[in-house]
Amino acid sequence: MKTRVVRVTDWTRPVPAVYREVRAATPEAPEGKPPLLFVPGFGHGAWVFAEHWLEHAASRAFPAHAVSLRGHGGSGPAPEATLRAYAHDVVQVAASLPRQAVLVGHGAGALVVAHALARYPARAGVLVAPVFGGWGTLGAALRRNPVGTLPAVFGGALRLNYRQLFSRELPDAAARDYASRLGRASSRAQWQLLRHRAPERAVGDPPLLVLGSPDDRVVPPAALTRTAGRYGAAPLLFPGMGHDMMLDARWREPIDAILDWLDKDLVR
Amino acid sequence: MSTFSDQESHEPSATLWRDGRPVYDRGSTVCVIGAGASGLTAIKNLKEYGFGADCYERETGVGGAWNWRHDRSPVYASTHLISSKPLTEFPDFPMPDNWPDYPHHSQLLSYLERYADHFDLRPHIWFGTEVVRVEPADSDRWDVTTRSTGGYGAERTSRYAAVVVANGHNWAPKLPAYEGLDEFRGQVIHASAYKDATQLRGKRVLVVGAGNTGCDIAVEAGQQAAKCWHSTRRGYWYAPKYAFGRPADQVGDAGGAYRLPLRVRQWMFHQILKLTVGDLTRFGLPRPDHKVFETHPIVNSHLVHSIGHGSITPVPDVSRFRRNSVTLVDGQEVEPDLVVLATGYLPRFEFLAPEVLGIDASGRPALYLNAFPRRHPTLAVAGLLQPDSGLFTMVHWQTVAIARWLRLRENAPDRARAFTARVDAEAGTRWHSAKVKESTRHWFEIGHIDYLRALQRTLDELEVSA
Repeated sequence: MKTRVVRVTDWTRPVPAVYREVRAATPEAPEGKPPLLFVPGFGHGAWVFAEHWLEHAASRAFPAHAVSLRGHGGSGPAPEATLRAYAHDVVQVAASLPRQAVLVGHGAGALVVAHALARYPARAGVLVAPVFGGWGTLGAALRRNPVGTLPAVFGGALRLNYRQLFSRELPDAAARDYASRLGRASSRAQWQLLRHRAPERAVGDPPLLVLGSPDDRVVPPAALTRTAGRYGAAPLLFPGMGHDMMLDARWREPIDAILDWLDKDLVR
Repeated sequence: MSTFSDQESHEPSATLWRDGRPVYDRGSTVCVIGAGASGLTAIKNLKEYGFGADCYERETGVGGAWNWRHDRSPVYASTHLISSKPLTEFPDFPMPDNWPDYPHHSQLLSYLERYADHFDLRPHIWFGTEVVRVEPADSDRWDVTTRSTGGYGAERTSRYAAVVVANGHNWAPKLPAYEGLDEFRGQVIHASAYKDATQLRGKRVLVVGAGNTGCDIAVEAGQQAAKCWHSTRRGYWYAPKYAFGRPADQVGDAGGAYRLPLRVRQWMFHQILKLTVGDLTRFGLPRPDHKVFETHPIVNSHLVHSIGHGSITPVPDVSRFRRNSVTLVDGQEVEPDLVVLATGYLPRFEFLAPEVLGIDASGRPALYLNAFPRRHPTLAVAGLLQPDSGLFTMVHWQTVAIARWLRLRENAPDRARAFTARVDAEAGTRWHSAKVKESTRHWFEIGHIDYLRALQRTLDELEVSA
């Protein structure tokens, strides 16, 4: 994929401004580590990272931020939002941070991050349980959760059930509570998840890490391996965890792995 | 020139000598001259491709032309962008989307300062240091002599693997020679000395020049001065900042970028101007003697409005100055207290021998893509462009091309040879599909889409991993 310099759509039809919710946790003693920007997947808001990961990253001296994509969480409404608008939200927040940021995307947020990486030279990119879409993803979702998935095919909401998202280690009450707080992405963005242009090459060739779980009930292992393969890597696996790794019972393991990787590769 | 090795020294060692002076070897580091928008993006992209970069900036802050505190800044209190945000910003560092369509110059400066901090560029910049000489050394390397701004302290020469010149081209005033100018008793300033409207208040002002600066100053004089004459040499197309409720450049680009032939684009633009601005000869302005795109675009929504209100009187070119008046080419005589010459700028590269950039007798350098000189593969000029859009997008990709080129020379000399041949053959080519007017104003005029397409081909040709 070549670098594209003539970008007519971006010039002539700029994405409209919207209020964006950003939640943050900052370290008590800054050590000059790069800021992290967490990007939740479709239906999820910044709160999913505020639950555990933001504070944990801050406790390890990483300034940590999470954005709610437009139409999600506490951000402004955007019923017509496209993948381009979501990627724009990520780039806008990343560029507003004082230093070059590491982008961490979860679920479909990982696809949004992949698009954002083609627009913003991140220090590094991390794709957690990435949903890169395609018809295969739809087939898998229909098989696992036909009732929740079928309305999405006709422009309705995609309703993920809590057993798709969490392992059995997370108490039922907590899992149901989290699942009840989920919203939805715009219909256009849901459709684009099935058919979209492959993300362009990441600018500045940032290092990339892909991680997920072989027991994820949203992202099949083959899809995880395929996504990691796009970036010339093998995925880092956390068996026994559900799709929403940042909320699951063993949430500490993946975030520690990410921070260890950043400490080793990026922080001098 | 002689060289010797000084293995004992622990200083940033002067291991080389030139004409009896020590030369400090900076190894594979690239020297960037100037920390304005072009210099900053050059440092950032060189870093991204793994190069060390030393940048010399004569002032004490970043921002170049956009830093109004700088001696050489052409901005005035009311300066706003004339290209809208998406057509102005760095493609990988967007301006905040809650900023207005056409931000103020102070916002531009804050944007550049944030860019410098975000990408950690300041540690690479030697502030308060000006470049005195840039001379070719062995093996395509360069000896760069610097000293503190104002000439204090000793000179210091460092040897670099490559040099990127980003010293700007809108700071050395171009002053026309008018007959009788010396005997004129009123005040005459160049637009570079114009900072805010208090300079105009209550005066009878003649503004000369119909560039964007001339039009802006005329509008301010229309509001603040006792009388304002606006002298232009020819008729121009005055594009509004908005058309159909949208920034006019975004409307224009919607057609321009879809590879419509130039004539069709010109026809479309003429229709848009007819609908939005109308027939300007009604206002006493001369009919343009050229089609749109053949001169640098003038974007000003207030000028025609002010003429309509009678606060600006359009007049023709200046013929000569007299003791208390100015005679115009139509024989009219006006008596201004203040004359503002908004007559543009000329490029200056006083630290380089003219032949290095292929500068001809008129002062115009011959460069491929307005960036690469012949026979000096490790020298490049960044930002020497007058685009019909914002500059930052162009100069970003230009400096990516420079970084890729320097990398390719190391990694794939075979592929590099083809590029060298092209630089040789096409240096000085114009990157504009329209036939632009021959004047110093248009030496570096480019059509942004034509130019970016050419740059795209170059970037693909120079493809190399960072």
